[in-house]
Amino acid sequence: MWDNIKEFASEFFVTGDPLIYGADVAIVLTMIAIVTALTYFKKWTWLWKEWLTTVDHKRIGIMYVIAALIMLFRGGVDALLMRTQLAMPELEFLNAEHYNAIFTTHGVIMILFMAMPLMFGLFNLVVPLQIGARDVAYPFLNSLSFWLFFFGAMLFNLSFVIGGSPDAGWLAYPPLSGTQFSPGVGQDFYIWGIQISGIGSLMTGINFIVTILKMRAPGMKLMKMPMFSWSVLSSCLTIILAFPILTVTLFLLFIDRYLGAHFFTLDGGGNPMMYINLIWMWGHPEVYIVVLPAFGIFSEVVATFSKKRLFGYKSMVFALMSISVASFFTWAHHFFTMGSGANVNAFFAVTTMIIAIPTGVKVFNWLFTMYRGRLSFPTPMLWMLGFIPCFVVGGMTGVLLSVAPADFQFHNSYFLIAHFHQVLIGGVAFGYFAGLYYWWPKVFGFKLNEKIGKWAFWFWNIGFYVCFMPQYVLGLMGMTRRVSSYGWDRGWYELNLTSTIGGFLMGIGFLFQVWQILHSIKFMEKDTTGDPWDGRTLEWTIPSPAPAYNFATLPTVQEKDDFWEEKQRIAAGGAPRPKPPLEPIHMPRNSGIPIIMSFFFFVAGFGFVWDWLWMIIPGLAGVAVCMLVHSFNYNTDYYIPVEEIKRTEAAAGRAV
Amino acid sequence: MAKSGNHIVSAPSHGGGHAHEGHHDLEGMRLMGFWIFLITDCILFGTLFATYVVLSGNTAGGPTGAELFEMPGVIAETFILLTSSFTSGLAVLAMNRGDRKGLISWLAVTVVLGAAFITLEVTEFVTLVHEGAKISTSAHWSGFYTLVGTHGLHVSLGLVWMIAIMIQLGRHGINSVTRRKVNVISLYWHFLDVVWIFVFTIVYLLEVM
Repeated sequence: MWDNIKEFASEFFVTGDPLIYGADVAIVLTMIAIVTALTYFKKWTWLWKEWLTTVDHKRIGIMYVIAALIMLFRGGVDALLMRTQLAMPELEFLNAEHYNAIFTTHGVIMILFMAMPLMFGLFNLVVPLQIGARDVAYPFLNSLSFWLFFFGAMLFNLSFVIGGSPDAGWLAYPPLSGTQFSPGVGQDFYIWGIQISGIGSLMTGINFIVTILKMRAPGMKLMKMPMFSWSVLSSCLTIILAFPILTVTLFLLFIDRYLGAHFFTLDGGGNPMMYINLIWMWGHPEVYIVVLPAFGIFSEVVATFSKKRLFGYKSMVFALMSISVASFFTWAHHFFTMGSGANVNAFFAVTTMIIAIPTGVKVFNWLFTMYRGRLSFPTPMLWMLGFIPCFVVGGMTGVLLSVAPADFQFHNSYFLIAHFHQVLIGGVAFGYFAGLYYWWPKVFGFKLNEKIGKWAFWFWNIGFYVCFMPQYVLGLMGMTRRVSSYGWDRGWYELNLTSTIGGFLMGIGFLFQVWQILHSIKFMEKDTTGDPWDGRTLEWTIPSPAPAYNFATLPTVQEKDDFWEEKQRIAAGGAPRPKPPLEPIHMPRNSGIPIIMSFFFFVAGFGFVWDWLWMIIPGLAGVAVCMLVHSFNYNTDYYIPVEEIKRTEAAAGRAV
Repeated sequence: MAKSGNHIVSAPSHGGGHAHEGHHDLEGMRLMGFWIFLITDCILFGTLFATYVVLSGNTAGGPTGAELFEMPGVIAETFILLTSSFTSGLAVLAMNRGDRKGLISWLAVTVVLGAAFITLEVTEFVTLVHEGAKISTSAHWSGFYTLVGTHGLHVSLGLVWMIAIMIQLGRHGINSVTRRKVNVISLYWHFLDVVWIFVFTIVYLLEVM
């Protein structure tokens, strides 16, 4: 009996690595601390009622952002561990297996559990406010999306201490990810973690498309919509077309592993290249999914801090939408070396180069917006300015990679690593940081400390170039991606050490950001105006933080940047537009079903990982029961009476 | 906003009667969301079809579809599913007449036909497995079971869903919420019908021809 338990435990828990034992202890201590604190301060009911069951898009957005920042921390630690291993030749800090696991989890976490939720967080925090809506189209589904993401991410991260991390790369190419070469459960954690959170992403895509198309304030024609909302629309259209492919691809890989099917195996007529095609049919649009909203953020930021209307509004819309279409026709550039022939490669090379055109149009639009603007440079604008040169260089190296014959040289070298980090950090991360700094006062009601923010910006920005510029050179010198060690004779030592130093500079930048947030909470500089940046769009017309119902009376819109035009009109002596009388506001009720149902998904996923039927069946049954309970519940909404609206508005200092 | 207990809610009659400012047509929006969901489901089936087409014929020396398919059963399945699509349409027509009894009855007929379809499909799968074509036999059969099985799973979920809606119709009658739900399930049912026509053509007809 005892031996059985011991054997099970040694398989179930990850053992033998002091780093992981340390993490185990830290995780247990943190959990005890959280539970104790919640119990001591009697906060369990508050947590359940106000947060875990909320369907309010603003709170869901905040939860997304918190989860994403925690994931950024984990993904960042992974990155620094890798850079430490590569700092010197022949280091034995991480062994090869551990290194494989770390580059896999770094990639998955940064894209799927950091960038995606941070993006969804910004969608939730901003889009309804920006288009003058009181919530998203499907608040219940919105909460379900969040909890599916959350439990998917938990399932994936659990592999760190239970069962072992996946180690077949962030896209898990077969046959390496098949049972023959990855017999452990790590790969199953990968499949189910991504699968569960992917369902959530798909539903968010549908939710925001309908929100944007159907819930805009009266008078806000599509071509008067703020650019961030446009970018969300283009991103969500890409999501709904791309994510089903991911769902199917992972499902097929799962069937290969679980039922011994032959989709991607080397025997039985399977074809691993089919997987690589399918995963990139999702994977390439995915990088545009995360970068398009960043373009939207920059468009808002640059207009606000130039005090000018965005240059080339129509061309910007056209550029966003054409990228979301064109992104589906470039996937094969990830494997020019597959050998599909010159004609196929030529097609995908040309489509890839074509995408550079709308992207270039956008860069010129931002530059011309600043031209002759009344510029100011608070932190959101700094990130915008850091982004432009970084993204231009990253984009140009992308065009170099798209040249198919040359790609045979660059393929899977550090040149590629440097390229995609440059567009993902310089584009996506800088963009979301700009967005977080820009909308922070609206979300939390206080401003972030500018001085510490500037330190963070410079550490990130300088650290970025120190880290990744050497990697371009290393790639051309022949260093391939995913090597865990290299010899002294290679001549790669100085550049790798430089790169590692740059990585740690970015790490310090992150610490500055944490300090900035804590410092700003302590010395709170409240935003009492609701419009701290002299903004242009509807979200700045309401108090910070926004009340539960967002808008006491729904705004009507006449022009682009309506709030800005209205402010100009009033400054010129015009009378403010009359507001309609208050009416009771229709609101969705909170629901515990999303979190419970997602938990059952987690249970079923965990069962599938270990092939425990006794866990799979109750998990799936729980999901089904939750769906039925929700379907039979007709009591899903309520009205906020006029009196309560008056009290809330008065407390925020607004006359009604 | 959690404290909501004492607000009076006018039960499920939105969309039609109320015209509160900012009170969007909820049921219309939900229907639109379902159309978009169907787009995603289209892509899902499209990916499965693509995989099937790429891998079909890769039987690794094992049995082929032409050797094992028994077309009479498949043709019966096809006609049953097409008929069920027709009866689900009749259910919607009954709903539009305000005929709750007719609506529930036609939905019941649709459920029975759908269940018959699933029974035939399961029987077919069992026979195929006995004849030596398992999901692990070859890439060809992996693609077959996954594509046809995913469609079958969709139909089965639809059956549970339809029964749930019938119970709700019994409880609440025809109102804006149940009306939307019937419209949605009927859309879903027609969609599965269309997908089946592609399954029938690409998986079965092209194989035995």
